[in-house]
Amino acid sequence: MSFIMLFIIIFSVVTAFFSGNISLLSTGIMQGAADGVQLIISICGNIILWSGLLNIADKCGITDFLAKIISPIICRFFFPKLKKDGDAIKNICMNISVNLLGLGNAATPLGLAAMENIEKEKGISETACDEMILFVVMNTASMQLIPTTAAFLRMQNGSKAPMEILPCVIISSIVSLSVGIIMAKTISKLTGKKARC
Amino acid sequence: MSDAIIPITVLIIVLTGAIKKHNVFAEFLDGATQGLHIIVKIVPSLVLMVVLVTMFKSSGALNVLTYSLRTPCKIFNIPPEIIPLAIMHPLSGGGSLALYKELLLNYGPDSFIGQVASVMQGSAETTFYTIVIYYGATKVRNTRHTLVSSLSADLTSMIVSIITVRLLLV
Repeated sequence: MSFIMLFIIIFSVVTAFFSGNISLLSTGIMQGAADGVQLIISICGNIILWSGLLNIADKCGITDFLAKIISPIICRFFFPKLKKDGDAIKNICMNISVNLLGLGNAATPLGLAAMENIEKEKGISETACDEMILFVVMNTASMQLIPTTAAFLRMQNGSKAPMEILPCVIISSIVSLSVGIIMAKTISKLTGKKARC
Repeated sequence: MSDAIIPITVLIIVLTGAIKKHNVFAEFLDGATQGLHIIVKIVPSLVLMVVLVTMFKSSGALNVLTYSLRTPCKIFNIPPEIIPLAIMHPLSGGGSLALYKELLLNYGPDSFIGQVASVMQGSAETTFYTIVIYYGATKVRNTRHTLVSSLSADLTSMIVSIITVRLLLV
């Protein structure tokens, strides 16, 4: 990530000098910091709300129930090295089920809790372990199959068939998710001996 | 139908808790407090990410990149109008949503560009945002091949969007 940071900063400053956008960039930097806090405030409420609700779900057994149904599949195919009844795998199962339901807002706090629990299980380190990489990649690709936002905006803009994109979205989601998973797994295997986990 | 998912989920959670005679109020507050701790952890990386994305956009770097990708796009028959969206999509949710709305407005949702943009918008999440906040919750600083794998998924999503729209729609 340091590389990306350096690349974006150098590229932006150099481009701004050559294109005369330097004052725009200057205000952009300040504005960005302020916007970052705005973004946090806008997601804050959702994270707190869902963390609270999901704690109830956890304590009264809904989490265990869901994990029991889908964890055999997820454990065997994606996370064979995590403890089968550990907190991490429970969070992962919940995150995936919530994603499939299209509750993106609830998926975030679960994903963050999953990351914390993977870290607890695998030991704190500066380097990401294979499970973390796979889990993050699964979350960066879209697991939500029904494109509600896109369909809504299409409808607003006068589309004759807002949902006609559905088959394309499903194919594209599945293919790109698979590519992400295969990439993560393959590179993990290739670099496996050097890595920590 | 999809409007009912959130209220029903909330109802099921609270009802199950109540039937099992749990103190749902206290448990909610416990969980919510943990949520607050998570937020504090992700704040620094999130602010940095938004600053970087804003720098990228306001300096004109996005335009330069779009312009330089015009020729390779022509070779592969990709409409150049969707390139800014394809670049912004992994970087910023708000930014790509604005670009998407613009494309719908300018070209219409049922045009080829509108359809490809819609499929792309529906079939990927905001990669950088996800990586930044997920790792922000941990002590990890070296994310190894997370970014490469995610970006290859994003690139695939763009290519498959164009192919499926060509084959199934239009």
